[in-house]
Amino acid sequence: MSENTMTADVNSTQDGQLEFLVKGDHHPQNGTLLGFWIYLMSDCLIFAALFATYGVLGRSYAGGPTGMELFDLSLIAINTSLLLVSSITYGFAMLHMQANKVKGTMFWLAVTGLLGLGFLSLELYEFHHLISVGAGPQTSGFWTAFFALVGTHGLHVFFGIVWLVTLLFQLKKHGLIPENKRRVFCLSMFWHFLDVVWVGVFTYVYLMGVLP
Amino acid sequence: MSEHTHDHDHHDADIPHVSLKEYATGFVLAVILTVIPFWLVMGDVLESSTTTVMVILGFALVQIVVHMVFFLHMNFHSEGGWNMLALIFTLILVFITLAGSLWVMHNLNVNMMPGMMD
Repeated sequence: MSENTMTADVNSTQDGQLEFLVKGDHHPQNGTLLGFWIYLMSDCLIFAALFATYGVLGRSYAGGPTGMELFDLSLIAINTSLLLVSSITYGFAMLHMQANKVKGTMFWLAVTGLLGLGFLSLELYEFHHLISVGAGPQTSGFWTAFFALVGTHGLHVFFGIVWLVTLLFQLKKHGLIPENKRRVFCLSMFWHFLDVVWVGVFTYVYLMGVLP
Repeated sequence: MSEHTHDHDHHDADIPHVSLKEYATGFVLAVILTVIPFWLVMGDVLESSTTTVMVILGFALVQIVVHMVFFLHMNFHSEGGWNMLALIFTLILVFITLAGSLWVMHNLNVNMMPGMMD
């Protein structure tokens, strides 16, 4: 390691002479948050491709059922509100974490997880209903694109819940250590990102899908 | 300050500060921006569906910005601006993917499948 790639660690092994280089408040590079953001951006590209596929196949019904006939907007409205409320409950978890209250953080995380679970159950119910009335992914290009896009979002929510439950155990065991705080913050980005994608889904797929 | 030991990279400075006001503002705005498009479509408010599409797409774009600012805490100086740079780069790619696919495939449909348009 050359002299000019001096880090805080190098500093602490040297004698006092070098100490002026790195004072206590030096802000070290922590790549995790930026790295996680880059991951989210790459995830964004996956969804862009799925949205583009849906846009291209959006009216290719192959003589099968259309979205206009089958989409149940009141179900989607409930789903949307579940996800939206889960965003603010995650916000409460973040506020409790900032105040170093581990119980409150865990409580609001659990509420968020339950709301996510509700979202997922309603989505699975919708999928089951669609498939049972003959609108499965193999029916037409439209339904293939629909299940690919909405299903991928649902899968993300599922893994978000898995991550959330894991974090609850971590918090129970270790409390609000810096690592856990970082994890809770990363999951918050993931969770809010899913909500952003859902805004696109309910607008582009469902609301525009039922318009003539 | 000089008492700082090895732990100094472990205070929460790298996690952005959040506030109740921020989340509450974001939530109220998001609810408004969600309810209006649902109302427009479910209540058949506007005559022309092209207008409705334009309006709800506009609402979606605004809502995405609201989520980015109030929930994802996006701004021009987090992570030294790299967050925003990555976001802008991604938005450009997303735009090329979406607009490009729709444009090219629409052209193909019009020019190569004359009998099958609607």
